[in-house]
Amino acid sequence: MPAVNTSEVKKSDIVGMIEHHREKKGVLIPLLQEVQDRYGYVPKEAVEIIAAELDVYPVDIYGILTFYAQFHLKPRGRHIIKVCMGTACYIMGGKEILDHLKGTLGIEIDQTTEDGNFTLEVVSCLGCCGMGPVVMVDEKFYGRCDLQKMDEVLQEYGK
Amino acid sequence: MDKILICTGTSGIAAYAVEVACLFEELIKKHKLDEQYRVVRVGDRGLFRDVLVDVVTEDSRLVYEFVKPENVEQIVIEHLVGGRPVEKLLAGKDYEDFFSGQMRIVLSNCGEIDPEDIGEYIARGGYEALKTAVSMESLDIIETVTSAGLRGRGGGGFPTGLKWKFCFEAQGDEKYVVCNADEGDPGAFMDRSVLEGDPHSVIEGMAIAGRAIGAASGVIYCRAEYPLAVKRLQCAIDDAGARGFLGDNIMGTGFSFDIEIMQGAGAFVCGEETALIASIEGKRGLPRPRPPFPAVKGLWDKPTNINNVETFANVRHIIAKGADWYSSIGTDGSKGTKVFALAGKVKNTGLVEVPMGTTIKDLVFGLGGGMARKMVKFKAVQLGGPSGGCLPESLADMSIDYESITGTGAIMGSGGMIIMDQQTCMVDVARYFLEFTVEESCGQCTPCRVGLRRMLDVLIEITDGRGKPKHMTFLKEMGETVKSMSLCGLGQTAPNPALTTMRYFQDEYDLHVNKKECPAHVCPELLKFKVIEDKCAKCGMCQKTCPVDAIEWKKGEVARIDLEKCTECRSCIRACPFMAIE
Ligand SMILES: Cc1cc2nc3c(=O)[nH]c(=O)nc-3n(C[C@H](O)[C@H](O)[C@H](O)COP(=O)(O)O)c2cc1C
Ligand code: FES
Repeated sequence: MPAVNTSEVKKSDIVGMIEHHREKKGVLIPLLQEVQDRYGYVPKEAVEIIAAELDVYPVDIYGILTFYAQFHLKPRGRHIIKVCMGTACYIMGGKEILDHLKGTLGIEIDQTTEDGNFTLEVVSCLGCCGMGPVVMVDEKFYGRCDLQKMDEVLQEYGK
Repeated sequence: MDKILICTGTSGIAAYAVEVACLFEELIKKHKLDEQYRVVRVGDRGLFRDVLVDVVTEDSRLVYEFVKPENVEQIVIEHLVGGRPVEKLLAGKDYEDFFSGQMRIVLSNCGEIDPEDIGEYIARGGYEALKTAVSMESLDIIETVTSAGLRGRGGGGFPTGLKWKFCFEAQGDEKYVVCNADEGDPGAFMDRSVLEGDPHSVIEGMAIAGRAIGAASGVIYCRAEYPLAVKRLQCAIDDAGARGFLGDNIMGTGFSFDIEIMQGAGAFVCGEETALIASIEGKRGLPRPRPPFPAVKGLWDKPTNINNVETFANVRHIIAKGADWYSSIGTDGSKGTKVFALAGKVKNTGLVEVPMGTTIKDLVFGLGGGMARKMVKFKAVQLGGPSGGCLPESLADMSIDYESITGTGAIMGSGGMIIMDQQTCMVDVARYFLEFTVEESCGQCTPCRVGLRRMLDVLIEITDGRGKPKHMTFLKEMGETVKSMSLCGLGQTAPNPALTTMRYFQDEYDLHVNKKECPAHVCPELLKFKVIEDKCAKCGMCQKTCPVDAIEWKKGEVARIDLEKCTECRSCIRACPFMAIE
């Protein structure tokens, strides 16, 4: 999902999402996933609204948000680069790709470039291990990557 | 009507399968062939030669491999219009061998049918097993699965029939069937392919389990990284509901069963069954001690039966063809087939389904086609991911079944199989897996939280060239402690990668520790970035791949690396087939 990163959190939107889940048991994770789909991350304001509406402590929500790798508490860049560090990709050179991207973009894992264009993340296995090393930019997969190919890919996204 | 099958699973899509499919549709229309040909988007077939395109007529079937959007017009004009297949794009004998050497039961529909069309599934015998099961007594279903000898494909290999029986016998008004589609092993992708390519087979298996244990609801817990699988599953659940294979009063028998999908949120430990249940309940995915087992006290404290995707996908075949047929496949202790995900330094990467008892050699050198680069020799195979181990070439003749694998210190796991060659450093691999498990440990119990961290620290010392002989003893002792004292399966197995590499590749550890050498030329701190003159074949491969132009080479001369310019990215080391750069 391309990150939207709307910083403006409308209470009515969040309440709408809560209503959609309210009747079910164990709603928190799907609800937070929906919030993140909408905003690209889970804004603090959203956590507070959810806590109040569902009558839980914000700390319980943060407990979940920090446990699962998928959730983000800060806005992310326009393009999310995910470098696969699953076993197959690692053996095929994923780490070199990651180091190269860190160097070229001047950021570390989970950081965003200053212009807000790229966020660099790692994932363990995207499920196409046979094409390793694999990199995913937003929704698109790039297989059998090498450093030169990475430079071309970055250019495609306005580096 | 003739068909054009196009593999559009995740791996196909990564190679522009959607574009290829749309182009075919467009051009078929343009050339007025739409009465004759129908484009069918099928799931991945398991061989990474995307995009695979099959032209299927009544009496023939031709397969094109590595089809790119720019090839489509040629295929349409020359083959479909002109009747002359495009020879140079046709898949060769090795493609045929890859499939003819397998026994495809679980994968039988993958890459053959449109996963979003329930009609195609039914046309190939789909939901017949459910029809049979709804008219059977619970205990008869359980007895069939038990005598078939099916064991859980999620890693542990627990007998499935027995698990169902426990859950059937557990007291409770409500019961649940849960499908573990968390596929956490980073390097395994068989569950994804089944979910994307044949989602109904999993749904049918779950419904049969529901009938057997007396459950009315099912949950599929699917990894967040698999959006396409979720989409196809949802479509399949809706269609099955519309046709009366799910929902209330299925086929008028009074049996009701429904399935919901829950998406994981990126935590490896959630593949562990008690953590998975906590996660479905909306909590942090923390494992808890067993007993009580989920079969007695599971989701919402109700009796719950959890099985893996591949386990469920086997069920309908057992019910349809009988326990005797199933148990005739495989070895004494391990029945049926197993799907393996071949990846790493092997020529044919992809999914293969073979009878239990096949040897490692048959997989790597038979179906796998041997090493990707002929010059660089086979060294080890990693089985079972972060819980498993690395087995050396000397064990290549071993049969793959639950008992034999466990005897080596590795585990069968989910079937991820990473092939490693001389350019893979075993100490680095052990370090890699410990980095993974340290990161993924939930932190509840001390052996796993602290013990694994300490093991990782020591492995970092060794790979960075600060290893001491006493480190080896430490790793062994700590490994055994963590294994025996951890709360859940994560900690109980996480030392395996380190312990097996020490057991089978002791000399490689010794070189790191005593000589500060990495024979695979991987560990950066132990590398000199120097060309070994005797080994250099003067081919210039290194120079071509260097992204910063730090290598001087002229035809017929030994290459030379300019260390001022070198960024130590290791591209040249990877590129050199002679291991001539140290
Ligand atoms: C740390 C850990 C991770 C696991 N990950 C998975 C997984 O990704 N998929 C899976 O099916 N089973 C996984 N398991 C095994 C499950 O706990 C459980 O045994 C399995 O889902 C049972 O299904 P089966 O009997 O069909 O194999 C994992 C276990 C542990 C300890
Ligand atoms: S290891 Fe990278 S896609 Fe599986």
